[in-house]
Amino acid sequence: MEVPENLLYTQEHEWIRVDGKNATVGITHFAQEQLGDIVFVELPEVGTLIEQENPFGVVESVKTVSDLYAPISGTVTAVNKDLEANPEQVNDTPYGNGWIIEIEFSNDNELEKLMSSEEYIEQCNKEQG
Amino acid sequence: MANDSNLKTTPLYSMHKELGGKLVPFAGWHMPIQFKGVIQEHQCVRQSVGIFDVSHMGEIEIAGPEAKQLIQYLVTNDIETMQNNQALYTLMCLETGGVVDDLLVHRFSDDHYFFCVNASNSDKDFQWILKNAKNFNVSVKNTSQQTAQLAVQGKHSEALIQKLCDTPLGEIGYYHFRKAKIYNFECIIARTGYTGEDGFEIYIDSKDAKLLYKSLIEEGKPFNLQPIGLGARDTLRMEMGYALYGNELNENCNPLEAGLGWVIKLQKNDFLGKTALKKQKDAGLSRRLVGIRLLDRGVPRPHYRVLNEGLLIGEMTSGTFSPSLNAGIGLCYLSKEYTKPGTKLDVEIRKLKVPAEVVKLPFLPSRVKK
Repeated sequence: MEVPENLLYTQEHEWIRVDGKNATVGITHFAQEQLGDIVFVELPEVGTLIEQENPFGVVESVKTVSDLYAPISGTVTAVNKDLEANPEQVNDTPYGNGWIIEIEFSNDNELEKLMSSEEYIEQCNKEQG
Repeated sequence: MANDSNLKTTPLYSMHKELGGKLVPFAGWHMPIQFKGVIQEHQCVRQSVGIFDVSHMGEIEIAGPEAKQLIQYLVTNDIETMQNNQALYTLMCLETGGVVDDLLVHRFSDDHYFFCVNASNSDKDFQWILKNAKNFNVSVKNTSQQTAQLAVQGKHSEALIQKLCDTPLGEIGYYHFRKAKIYNFECIIARTGYTGEDGFEIYIDSKDAKLLYKSLIEEGKPFNLQPIGLGARDTLRMEMGYALYGNELNENCNPLEAGLGWVIKLQKNDFLGKTALKKQKDAGLSRRLVGIRLLDRGVPRPHYRVLNEGLLIGEMTSGTFSPSLNAGIGLCYLSKEYTKPGTKLDVEIRKLKVPAEVVKLPFLPSRVKK
């Protein structure tokens, strides 16, 4: 299981890469492995306001439908259009070409609710039993 | 959610874990939903050969002087013309015409048969058969517990099994079977399946199943054989438009609407459901099960609503992503005016209406060896 140290994580298995007031969001290696082959990603429109812990999109594997939850509140500034034709990029490189959206956020305090890589690894281990 | 500890395990449970299978509860069993991934497994069966553990399926044996009469009364298809070593797809219906189960009847001889039934229905079916067998001179045995079943499906299945089998498999035609030895184990090997590919279903004593499975995995390496989970079993069957009990078929459905008129022989003597089914046929069918293909991206799922110009006209009974077509596909009962191939519809996926059309089934041409 790949869990990069420089990212923050949600309980719902999203990752977030913070760069100033901008953040890139995707789902974790653990999440894509649990979901299996991803065949569809429903993306929000650029400009959409999203709220921390609320759904902003959907990722579907052959067998399951799973909501995507915003790791932080903000405005969607970019979406990964490549995923429309190549949703399998989420499986192949969840922290790279499999990124899902970019957000511009304002409230730094919300970052405190997120997990470090160590904390996230601990959660995954618990979930796996 | 079923309590995991109450779930039954097949003789291959430990093998699945060893092979990296992801096990989930299914119809009261611990079954592998996938190994390497549904899409890859699906392609493996379409392109070379795959092996499935379908030991959860039920087997019921019926023997005795009146076995044939009882079965003729229980099932909708006509077993009168069956030869020894032949298999037949059929339904068992209620008096109302609703479906108790869909199943395969295998004939050993005039007075000895066995059924292969759905896992989720096997106890119900057994009770149903016992209840209806009271006035017949037969013995009915539920042999599900001691019988394991493996499905080997895909174009290399014959060449693979032949390496371990003394019987010339080329002599077994579609929907026929033989008692044969595979790797020294007594098996029943039938040229049947649920994938639309050439292939076999092997019935074997539970205690021998693990060793047979291991040998097939080993011998299968040159053929790129892979273990296949229930996830791909579902995408494979859906591309063929095969009905699944619990989705397309149930005790309240009309099997004529499901397109199963070809296994309902109304000219045959009295059988369970005949009166109701004849009535339904004479009245004419108002709905029919059709294939639906999405014209835009998205995955239709069971119970998603189907619309025509904003009007609700049905809901999906099955739906998935088709790895062969790279598109969302599914099945749905629709009123006759909408069943013509090419009819434009929308499938409601969350808040979106995704354009779709009615297509002729199967979604892909079948490659079974007729």
